[in-house]
Amino acid sequence: MEKTHILSIHVENESGVLTRVAGLFSARGFNIDSICVAKTLEKNESKMIIATSGDTQILEQITKQLNRLVNVIKVQELTDEDSVVRQTVLIKVNADETTKSDIFRIKDIFGGRVIDVSRNSYTLEVTGSERKIESLIDILRPLGIKDIVKTGIIALQRTRKPNL
Amino acid sequence: MNHNSKKNLMTGSKIIIESLIKEGVDTIFGYPGGAVLNIYDELLNYKDKIKHILVRHEQGAAHAADGYARASGKVGVVLVTSGPGATNTITGIATANMDSVPMVILTGQVPTNLIGNDAFQEADTVGITRPCTKHNYLVKDIKDLARTIKEAFYIASTGRPGPVLIDIPKDITSSVYEFDYPENVELRGYSPTYFGHHVQISKLSAEILKAKKPLLYIGGGVISSNAANELKELAELLDLPVTSTLMGLGGFPSNHPLFFGMLGMHGTYAANMAISNADFIVAVGARFDDRVTGKVEEFGKNAKFAHIDIDPSSIGKNVKIEIPVVGDVKSVLSSVLEILNNKTEEISSAKYERLGWLEEINAWKYEHPLLYRMNDIIKPQYVIEKIYELTDGEAVIATEVGQSQMWTAQFYQFKHPRTLLTSGGLGTMGFGFPAAIGAQIACPDKTVFDIAGDGSIQMNIQELATAVQYNLPVKIAIINNNFLGMIRQWQELFYHKRYSFSEMNVNPDFVKLAEAYGAVGLRAKSPDEVVPVIEKALSIKKPVIMDFVVDKEESVYPMVAPGSPITGMLLV
Repeated sequence: MEKTHILSIHVENESGVLTRVAGLFSARGFNIDSICVAKTLEKNESKMIIATSGDTQILEQITKQLNRLVNVIKVQELTDEDSVVRQTVLIKVNADETTKSDIFRIKDIFGGRVIDVSRNSYTLEVTGSERKIESLIDILRPLGIKDIVKTGIIALQRTRKPNL
Repeated sequence: MNHNSKKNLMTGSKIIIESLIKEGVDTIFGYPGGAVLNIYDELLNYKDKIKHILVRHEQGAAHAADGYARASGKVGVVLVTSGPGATNTITGIATANMDSVPMVILTGQVPTNLIGNDAFQEADTVGITRPCTKHNYLVKDIKDLARTIKEAFYIASTGRPGPVLIDIPKDITSSVYEFDYPENVELRGYSPTYFGHHVQISKLSAEILKAKKPLLYIGGGVISSNAANELKELAELLDLPVTSTLMGLGGFPSNHPLFFGMLGMHGTYAANMAISNADFIVAVGARFDDRVTGKVEEFGKNAKFAHIDIDPSSIGKNVKIEIPVVGDVKSVLSSVLEILNNKTEEISSAKYERLGWLEEINAWKYEHPLLYRMNDIIKPQYVIEKIYELTDGEAVIATEVGQSQMWTAQFYQFKHPRTLLTSGGLGTMGFGFPAAIGAQIACPDKTVFDIAGDGSIQMNIQELATAVQYNLPVKIAIINNNFLGMIRQWQELFYHKRYSFSEMNVNPDFVKLAEAYGAVGLRAKSPDEVVPVIEKALSIKKPVIMDFVVDKEESVYPMVAPGSPITGMLLV
């Protein structure tokens, strides 16, 4: 069954690595739903978080093909159950005297911040799961969203709880 | 950096050549140009250690290095210039990549300060070759040069082999640095698995004893891992029938009673029936290519599968595998043999129970053997049979792509590994002749043929000058039907005989062409001339073109229509 999968990919921080990984996805017809890349604390090492979709057989192929790349150190699938998954959105929404208090209330409910204010718009910053971001967008849409940008998914494996 | 004069200081060019010597390289296929002039200048100082073969087109260099690698098992090395020099090698690199051939390609690049400037003869070589190499490098600092070459040879020749490209800017070849060739490589993201997992190996060994209708389906991995002896031992120990992909031919002797020929689109009736009736199939270094499986859902539909392969991504890619064994074919087969060699009793009873299975496959073999009908026009299959007989199956045979390639696979009995050099994956017309040149350099004492069509030979005919220059007695057999024969065949079968642009209305006179290059040209127009022409060619110690004027309408059979189950064979 088609499903979203999150891959955590440790790569050597060399020029061209992003192209190698992205090129592999396009050459083999796999999807990239979102991608985040940054250096880790290890020297010369970066981590990519790629959200992709496909059935388990496709995921297995993606993982195996990624492992074939010389610059890929490790590939790990992160599941919703045993990892924390977050995304940040910046969203510029229409604001006037009648809606300002609504926007503030929504911001509080979603645990976000107002990071820019102008006469007729507010820009919110909200972090959360993908579902939370989607419902925020649904709620703000009637007010008029002027612009939006999302970071893409980042995720980290939870520390395993001891069996009690 | 403060260079101490006692240190081993060298130019980048010298570092490159010294590194190649450390890797045991004694032959380079190349073509000079602006960005590699420094390397070429240094090469002149190494004439006694490194033989440089000057090709006539960079594509020829890549295919020749590929043929050299396939025939010898060593890494083939290419040296070309930036821009067009590099782009001309692309087809050769992609060919080697698809067939897992170890190669190192050194390309010149414009000086580092001009990279990205659209400089003269600049191309983004690393960008262009990324999808068709196993790995590639741009050397931006002379400090990295020796280590990069070390890594390139290591990556090219280990695991599932493949081509590795190193792009070297001109200023790197002239700057100076200490030469210190590393002993080891440190690659965090690269460590191929050589030894199979013992649990899987035990399962495989148990299942191979238990199966009633087992079958070995072998591929090019048997040849890359030099596992032909282990494979033969296993097949003979258990009387296992063997069928092979195009790339696996020679991995098991074609004249062996347990061998039932190639399988797939142009496979034998016996091989395709055996695959479809087997209850246990062991894929050995093969990758379930669409030309092999036909309709993949029907492939081996009555069988459980085991798959031995060094590349985990090949396992379970197209077909579900019950027993996956990631590892080197040679090592895994040795482990299986070790387990089985202690089970004499089980083996004799298993062999006894399977007599019927071998009889069944042999019956298919006699029911529909490979055949063709002679008349007064030369049949292509007859030419290939005679080449086999007159070389006693001891020649190295390179092929082009298409009908001549398939007839070679069917009618030449490959007895030894590394005697068939053919572009299986990419299907590159123009591969065979330069590959034969490379093979002749790797094996100076062997007879080397290129079996070609009149279409494909013209794709790299310029290399005749190379063959003449280095006095390489390669024999080119042109199966000349004045057609792109395989295209003609598909148009006949699937396009209502609408022969759209597949006829070669004008061909050169190949005999005169050979003579113009300083080679020898021979022609056979009737069946009785075939043997004398081959005999004459074999007696001449020069490159020879044999122009066999053959039946235009002959087709390759059996044939399975693309996407059909492989039991749906069109027979002769």
